[in-house]
Amino acid sequence: MSAGHDDHGSGGLDLTLHIWRQESSEAQGRFETYPLHDVSPDMSFLEMLDVLNEQLVREGREPVEFDHDCREGICGSCGVMINGQAHGPDRETATCQLHMRRFKSGETIFIEPFRARAFPVLRDLVVDRSAFDRIMSKGGFVSVNTGAARDANSILIPKENADLAMDAAACIGCGACVAACPNAAAMLFVGAKISHLGLLPQGRPERSRRVLAMVAQMDAEGFGNCGNIYECEAACPKAISVENIARLNRDYLIASATERPPTASGGGA
Amino acid sequence: MQTTSKSPSDLFTRATTSRLDSKCPTGPMAERWDKHRFELKLVNPANKRKFHALVVGSGLAGASAAASLAELGYQVSVFSIHDSPRRAHSIAAQGGINAAKNYPNDGDSVRRLFYDTVKGGDFRARESNVHRLAQVSNAIIDQCVAQGVPFAREYGGLLDNRSFGGAQVSRTFYARGQTGQQLLLGAYQSLMRQVGLGKVTLHARHEMLDLVVVDGVARGIVTRDVVSGEIESHAGDAVLLCTGGYGNVFYLSTNAKKSNVTAAWRAHKRGALFANPCFTQIHPTCIPVSGSHQSKLTLMSESLRNDGRVWVPAKKGDSRSADQIPESERDYYLERRYPSFGNLVPRDIASRAAKQMVDDGRGVGGNGMSVFLDFRDAIQREGADKIRERYGNLFQMYERITADDPYRIPMRIYPAVHYTMGGLWVDYNLESTVPGLFVLGEANFSDHGANRLGASALMQGLADGYFVIPYTIGAHFAGRKLPKVSTDHEAFREAEAAVRARVGKLLATDGRRTVDQFHRQLGLVMWDHCGMGRNESGLLAALDKIRGLREEFHADVRVLGENESVNMSLENAGRVADYFELAELMVIDALHRRESCGGHFREEYQTEEGEARRDDENFCYVAAWEHAASGSGSGGAPRWSLHSEPLTFEEVKLTQRSYK
Repeated sequence: MSAGHDDHGSGGLDLTLHIWRQESSEAQGRFETYPLHDVSPDMSFLEMLDVLNEQLVREGREPVEFDHDCREGICGSCGVMINGQAHGPDRETATCQLHMRRFKSGETIFIEPFRARAFPVLRDLVVDRSAFDRIMSKGGFVSVNTGAARDANSILIPKENADLAMDAAACIGCGACVAACPNAAAMLFVGAKISHLGLLPQGRPERSRRVLAMVAQMDAEGFGNCGNIYECEAACPKAISVENIARLNRDYLIASATERPPTASGGGA
Repeated sequence: MQTTSKSPSDLFTRATTSRLDSKCPTGPMAERWDKHRFELKLVNPANKRKFHALVVGSGLAGASAAASLAELGYQVSVFSIHDSPRRAHSIAAQGGINAAKNYPNDGDSVRRLFYDTVKGGDFRARESNVHRLAQVSNAIIDQCVAQGVPFAREYGGLLDNRSFGGAQVSRTFYARGQTGQQLLLGAYQSLMRQVGLGKVTLHARHEMLDLVVVDGVARGIVTRDVVSGEIESHAGDAVLLCTGGYGNVFYLSTNAKKSNVTAAWRAHKRGALFANPCFTQIHPTCIPVSGSHQSKLTLMSESLRNDGRVWVPAKKGDSRSADQIPESERDYYLERRYPSFGNLVPRDIASRAAKQMVDDGRGVGGNGMSVFLDFRDAIQREGADKIRERYGNLFQMYERITADDPYRIPMRIYPAVHYTMGGLWVDYNLESTVPGLFVLGEANFSDHGANRLGASALMQGLADGYFVIPYTIGAHFAGRKLPKVSTDHEAFREAEAAVRARVGKLLATDGRRTVDQFHRQLGLVMWDHCGMGRNESGLLAALDKIRGLREEFHADVRVLGENESVNMSLENAGRVADYFELAELMVIDALHRRESCGGHFREEYQTEEGEARRDDENFCYVAAWEHAASGSGSGGAPRWSLHSEPLTFEEVKLTQRSYK
């Protein structure tokens, strides 16, 4: 018995790919064109890129670099612009979960990295999203040391709140919201964390400090502000709602009026 | 050149004196961990900041350990191959995490969780370790809730539980089908808090490529910055490997693409013994392979077996669609063969049963390589909305990949490589045979024996990181002399040079075949001969194939580009080179263990009903393999010597597992 090699031979797609190639952050990038033949409609988008890369290496050309890992739509590593849309044409679908049956033979596909000042390109389709981690390090947590917790069922949380918190916590941190936003705003990402923790009693004590510190870092990283276009929600593979931006704005407004801003050494400590 | 090995016993030597001291405490089982904690040396608060722990990996084990150690006041550095610690593969765990809270009042207890885990592991785990795991399980849930992990709740605001395989109680806590994600984000957030406070230094996009041992103690690592290619040394007072399992040796698995054995393998070659490498878990419910382009397999959570019923047509070669097959012509084979556990038998048993159905010609789907997982009855009983609430994201993922709607058509599933119970040998303190090298989570071998129960990987990763290592690492810091070591030490220079040489050689080979081509070939050999069913002649054939392929790899691999840039085929090439060596050891381990237990099914050793037949007389031990300096084998191939750690069962009686 083997892992199976029953190709769906018929119905392969012939595609023309225009892919962004860039040697390093400093280098000038450009599109390069690659024809690709007989692509199985059952392949995922990333498997299609795998096939291209195998072909390139056999021809002695350097493969296209792209971030990816779980290929199940949960790790948030992958993400490219496909014909101008972050993660491509399917709603609630990360690039790795997009399948080639979505495309027609003869189609031309433009593939680019996520573009934002705060996400510099490292190579080809790989970008640096460490700005998200720095925002999280300023306040995206509940300050509870290991061992200091009380019994889990001593905190009652209405199911509705737990469900709303979970909706927000489902964010995978891929950065599609930033890439889709005309202002390269990170407010859906930050709003999701503010909502997740702010909706739960565990997150309440630090609610004000958290929002001030995270927003300060968000601004320092060079992300823009929300312009109510809602492209972020449309591009989000987890359908994180723009409601979360409203919660972020509300919490920020209240906190700005009532709290002193955190010092440079960080909030939430 | 390669040699044809005639007898398994020629493949390794037996160590004359065992190096293994498990350091398990004695006395009544329920008091052992308390007693041990009391006896462990403490590091006084003012001295903690003098000790520096290097944590490799940022999944549940790594992130929880790093955060907890930093909270205690130790200096901590974290290394992750990902762009962010939050990407680690723990994120993909779906179903849940076990704990002995007994909130449902259905008969659970620490003792029952302990018992189920020892039995589920087919009596190849240490009782003391497993008991500790069960004991700390409740504190994990408390900790996660305090961090804001949004576990599923009931209308009254209390936590909800579900059932999982191998247990008759509902002890699994979950956050929709994204439990791993939420637990990892909890640990990641605690880690990022310490990064923000300056207590943890984070090195993202760094891959550990060697371990540095100074005067017999692990004192550092060599990493490669996967963006700039820079080879760097990092010195510290302890190294924690939290680098996950090695399932990707099979190429196709449910593991993420970057999951790899390299850090653990480098440590193995620096003296850490590798235990039970042949104990791999094949998960029963995965989406079947669809074609030769397949790059990985996708798991469908075991929790689906709560409501889904597994079946195949009763007749061979029945090619009708599922809805055309009447009830009387369906074989719900798990319910038939295991009436008391039904669809919730442990993973190894469910996987093997699916393989038997397919081998018997009763598989379904185009190539007959799958079985049905059917929700028809659950949807009729509870309504589609209830099922959507429980498994909506899984159903959606299934439909995306297969283009079939599981609300209408039964899922088609087949087993796939998922988890590795084997790993670096550790004692009760989670310390390997290299002093100062600790191994946590899936990377160690310790708690799951020959088969892991569902929802126990998350439990073990967090137990090790939150509640074990913060105590046991103190014994190392307080109990050993740790003179200051700098990265100028010759051991660092030697390790750096070795890493540079390996990287340089891969780039210079300039062969004709891609890294993936070799990896796929290796994977097929492993799946065919060292997968769900194993036998002596197949394993011996695999050994020759692996050795031959490895030589071809080193002579004919093509890695383009340079070291000084993002170069993922170079990263991959190094990992695949290590898989070739690991694969050989897995096969040798599988050959030497002439019994069937858990996920290790030797076809020669089965009961009349086709169940695994253990041999407690001869194999009730942990097999820990020591790597001899290369050159002692033919053509420079590595050779191993076997150390065995006998297992004793004082609390759970050694019996043949029965889930009937």
